Amino acid sequence: MEGIYFDNNATTRVDEAVVEAMLPYFTEQFGNPSSMHSFGNKVGLAIKKARMQVQELLGAEHDSEIIFTSCGTESDSTAILSALKAQPERKEIITTTVEHPAILTLCAYLEKEGYKVHYLKVDGKGRLDLDEYKKLLSDQTAVVSVMWANNETGTFFPVVEMAELANAAGAMFHTDAVQAVGKVPLNLKDTKIDMLSVSGHKLHAPKGIGVLYLKRGTRFRPLLRGGHQERGRRAGTENTTSIVGLGKAAEMALEAMAFENTEVARLRDKLEAAILAKVPRSFVTGNPDNRLPNTSNIAFEFIEGEAILLLLNKFGIAASSGSACTSGSLEPSHVMRAMGIPYTAAHGTVRFSLSRYSTEAEVDRVIAVVPEIIAQLRKLSPYWEGDGPAAEPEKAFAPTYA
Amino acid sequence: MWDYSDKVKEHFFQPRNAGVLADANGVGDVGSISCGDALRLMLKVEPETDIILDAHFQTFGCGSAIASSSALTEMIKGKTLDEALKVSNQDIADYLDGLPPEKMHCSVMGREALQAAVANYRGEVWSDDHEEGALVCKCFAIDAVLIEETIRANDLTSVQDVTNYTKAGGGCSSCHEGIEEILVKVMSERGEAFKPGTPAKEEAKPAGMTNLQRIRKIEAVLEMVRPQLKRDGGDIELVDVDGKTIYVNMTGACAGCQMEALTLQGIQQKLMEELKEFIKIVPTKAGALSRATCHP
Ligand SMILES: Cc1ncc(COP(=O)(O)O)c(C=O)c1O
Ligand code: FES
Repeated sequence: MEGIYFDNNATTRVDEAVVEAMLPYFTEQFGNPSSMHSFGNKVGLAIKKARMQVQELLGAEHDSEIIFTSCGTESDSTAILSALKAQPERKEIITTTVEHPAILTLCAYLEKEGYKVHYLKVDGKGRLDLDEYKKLLSDQTAVVSVMWANNETGTFFPVVEMAELANAAGAMFHTDAVQAVGKVPLNLKDTKIDMLSVSGHKLHAPKGIGVLYLKRGTRFRPLLRGGHQERGRRAGTENTTSIVGLGKAAEMALEAMAFENTEVARLRDKLEAAILAKVPRSFVTGNPDNRLPNTSNIAFEFIEGEAILLLLNKFGIAASSGSACTSGSLEPSHVMRAMGIPYTAAHGTVRFSLSRYSTEAEVDRVIAVVPEIIAQLRKLSPYWEGDGPAAEPEKAFAPTYA
Repeated sequence: MWDYSDKVKEHFFQPRNAGVLADANGVGDVGSISCGDALRLMLKVEPETDIILDAHFQTFGCGSAIASSSALTEMIKGKTLDEALKVSNQDIADYLDGLPPEKMHCSVMGREALQAAVANYRGEVWSDDHEEGALVCKCFAIDAVLIEETIRANDLTSVQDVTNYTKAGGGCSSCHEGIEEILVKVMSERGEAFKPGTPAKEEAKPAGMTNLQRIRKIEAVLEMVRPQLKRDGGDIELVDVDGKTIYVNMTGACAGCQMEALTLQGIQQKLMEELKEFIKIVPTKAGALSRATCHP
């Protein structure tokens, strides 16, 4: 049996039609789009087409608002560093505690450089407090960077509303929409969002291609300077094959948008409901009422996530976990901790992320396997006794550790 | 995915001796829920001979925690308590054909659970004052706390110094930014500024010091602390020196007592200052030395 891939928030398989669209650009269409001759000319036209396909998916007003980059991380860094460079008099950044490391690690570095970073907290369901946000906005705020959808829980943030507020305060607004693009309908021309990051490999395009959406009129300072590619806003010869692939993937994502939000959501809901019904002491993390259609993050109490993943893998099922051990750090996922999920549950969180290629049969198979795996690991757990947690789990096992 | 050896996978998928040991007479609970690993080790010891007849474990832990626990129970069965206590975390890792550097702490946890279970059997209280830091150097599995303490103890001023004393940074060099950050922090505590390009201190093991001179120095340091120990009804003796590991025997009132770890850390500190190199001190009997100093 082929494996069951329920880890589409980590990365996705490149659609065959996307591969097909790309192939000619490795061989006969190898030209440099900047060249004067006809080798380059056709490639230039292909990039133009891809730019319009992405524009369409984002609902951007102009195709020149699309800047191709090398990945989501580059788009994030470019956006934030540009906002700081373009407004040297503003020294503050507002972001959230649950951003991707592409934002958080950069912000930690900028703090060392003397910038003030405000991290918005989230509640138990991963929601922001907009009053806290409003109080922090000031004429010192250079940029607000808030993700559209969280990669671990799928929970949405009200970025459209938050962009309006930032705009009113004269601050730039950036959103890391890496997880949202291709899964939720977007209409950027009707928003005050200045910058938005996309990563190709999350929507069935190849890895190593990204987009920074830059609203016309937003002041900008490039990260990479050099040639005139991307109108001088991102120098470096274009990754033509991947750009063509991303264009095709964008077109396909737009076609599948309704399917993603009905059928994929239905499969996800079925999976989640069945697991919760069969596995005692398990619960959904994040906000189930307002999240990506493909993502379900379930905490299994009293066991550890990496062990769950290794056993799932044995059954050919791929998922991911917020456990510390899967990342090599000592702390469980910063997202789970920000939501105040207790450690004994945070380490046992598993994220199932589906795609439009997921099938009912796969969902049924996972539903059949998961309860067994959880029961097997709980047998090893010092917090567990027979069919349920030890009478007072925290007292039944209180290890010594400084 | 971690690059686990086949042996690790085998012990994870078919853990030996998992589950409750009903007639256990020594139980050790160690670990940290915040770092996601915790372990209960249960021993059945024959009182007349001190031989471990059976050993079981339960764990809230990842793949390598399960595998390390499983390996440990296999390794110690049939041994006397004193023999079992000689099992080091490196032995556990070796038994499993190695662990990824990020996972070495799982084997350390196994060793600590053993110390705790033996202490429990003997009616002693075991405590661990070790604070584990974030992994900085992946090549040598060295964490931030160990680097910080070594910089502080030896007034280190350069990345090269840190490499000489702890090995951290001596491999691929990608952790140098992290080491510099720690240097900046610790040096500012003592009112100095970190300057890149500062030449390294004299080599960790000063040229010209023979093994004999080294051992004499170690003896001298132990002589210095002995009166203090004797006042508390204990004593310390040098057992062996193996490269950077110094084995000692704590006797009398000190052995296994809660103060032992503290005392040993103090002695280790002094030894490092005198020898001008990074060493670790390991008690050969049931010790409670902090994990930092047991790190490979
Ligand atoms: C929310 C979010 N931002 C940024 C990234 C990084 O994207 P890339 O891998 O293209 O750099 C990811 C991917 O893991 C993500 O989930
Ligand atoms: S990570 Fe430290 S030398 Fe390689």
